[in-house]
Amino acid sequence: MYDVEEIRHDFPILDRRIGENRLVYLDNAATSQKPRQVIQALTDYYEHRNANIHRGVHRLAEEATAAYEEARQKVARFLGAPDARDLVFTRGTTESINLVTYAWGRRFLREGDELVLTEAEHHSNLVPWQLAAQATGAKLRFIPILEDGMLDLDEAEHLIGPKTRLVGCIHASNVLATINSVERLAELAHENGALMLVDGAQSAPHLPVDVEALGCDFFACSGLKMLGPTGVGVLWGRSEILEEMDPFLGGGEMIREVHLDRSTWNVLPYKFEAGTMNVAQAVGLGAAVDYLDGLGMENVREHERHLGEYAYGRLSEIEGITLYGPKRDRMGLVSFSLPDVHPHDLSQLLDEEGVAIRSGHHCAQPLMRRLGVAATARASFYLYNTEQEADMLVEALARAREFFGAFSGAKP
Amino acid sequence: MMRELYTQVIMDHYKRPRNRGALEDADLKEHLLNPLCGDEVTVYAALDGDRIADVKFDGRGCSISQASASMMTEQLIGKSREAAEAEISHFKAMMIGEEEFPEMNDLTALKGVIQYPSRIKCATLAWTAFQQGLEGRK
Repeated sequence: MYDVEEIRHDFPILDRRIGENRLVYLDNAATSQKPRQVIQALTDYYEHRNANIHRGVHRLAEEATAAYEEARQKVARFLGAPDARDLVFTRGTTESINLVTYAWGRRFLREGDELVLTEAEHHSNLVPWQLAAQATGAKLRFIPILEDGMLDLDEAEHLIGPKTRLVGCIHASNVLATINSVERLAELAHENGALMLVDGAQSAPHLPVDVEALGCDFFACSGLKMLGPTGVGVLWGRSEILEEMDPFLGGGEMIREVHLDRSTWNVLPYKFEAGTMNVAQAVGLGAAVDYLDGLGMENVREHERHLGEYAYGRLSEIEGITLYGPKRDRMGLVSFSLPDVHPHDLSQLLDEEGVAIRSGHHCAQPLMRRLGVAATARASFYLYNTEQEADMLVEALARAREFFGAFSGAKP
Repeated sequence: MMRELYTQVIMDHYKRPRNRGALEDADLKEHLLNPLCGDEVTVYAALDGDRIADVKFDGRGCSISQASASMMTEQLIGKSREAAEAEISHFKAMMIGEEEFPEMNDLTALKGVIQYPSRIKCATLAWTAFQQGLEGRK
């Protein structure tokens, strides 16, 4: 196991003060902070190797291309992808999923086909499919969640059938802190001749991921939530499926031969990488997975499992609090609500003490409706957070509640 | 700093909201959702010719959005349509710092919200709903 106090020194922003208080950053599910090693990789790239990739034959172009392709190799290894050519750089999970809904969905979906998603999807794995369904006449169906937030797998067996063309599911929930059995869904999908897409935005930063072991056909994740820069993410896909898909964006680099009236496409993964990519950010993501590999993803998971359960335990002691999601085998985040302080007010009051949490619908409005709330508060931990910070959250909550309670009047 | 935002006046309107509830047979009814946070408000008005005879609001949201909605009902009841439209425009301009807050008014309590850009939408939610309701009736 790594030493948390030791690695905190790698994250310059953790020394920041908010007013008089030291920052307690608990909004990691939105974006993680970046270690010096990643920031340095970006600076090094711009100071020493910056050039457009795959174009020039000069030294810088060669070095920039090598750095970009090395990052691809690193991320592929990190996700257990057997061949880095099946790993496409994108702007993030949202773009990765849109790539599939356009390049696969609009090509292969027909009227009457069914897409099976879940009630707990982030908007990024819901709205692109709504658009694809509108364009093709395919139908969306949804696997319900049980009371503790876990997927209703019995119902999934009924929903996934011969009309199903694709099953899409978040690997881990940014609200419920659940880890979904995507392996089982992949089996069900494949038994019915459908494909399996896993939205790994909330899993790749926190759990060991092996796309082969998951048995999925597509896996998407984002750099910004796993120590990497904004503006970069990846889509991994099975090569035979990527091969038969249409391109997504057209332009430079994704072509082989261009005539005035037609073009042919480049090989994988370049067929899906039109125009100049976010090269420095990809290099930064390479440095981020180096850092994660250095700690060991098993260790990261163990640290966060402990912290998630610790925070859940401490929070559950608060009178009247509602906690969402299962008690055990949670991700390192907790969504909650208090009866007397709205999540928005709560995060404002916590911010005064330097504690950064998220409030709102967490880009999962249908799930909020299912839970019967407009918004929740959410504290999400990462590999550098401590038990002490969870304690500070709980203490700040008590003070926020006291502050609100001090005003006279009826409850809203 | 916290006290600049959560004043006694705001908390009073939040915990003892004025004119809260639905209005039967409303002449104006408008629902608005803040997509940022999921908060929602429905505003109702009874019109008597050109005069706004009654205003009510319903919904769920943070202290700022609910208190501001409560203040709005008090501000608009009895006003002519034209005066209400001007009042709303003035309020929204105040909330982005383009016009001055009045000296002596409950609304002055919302001045502190300007320092928190993410909360301005909370304060203007009910007002925007009412504005859209009036426009819809033109």
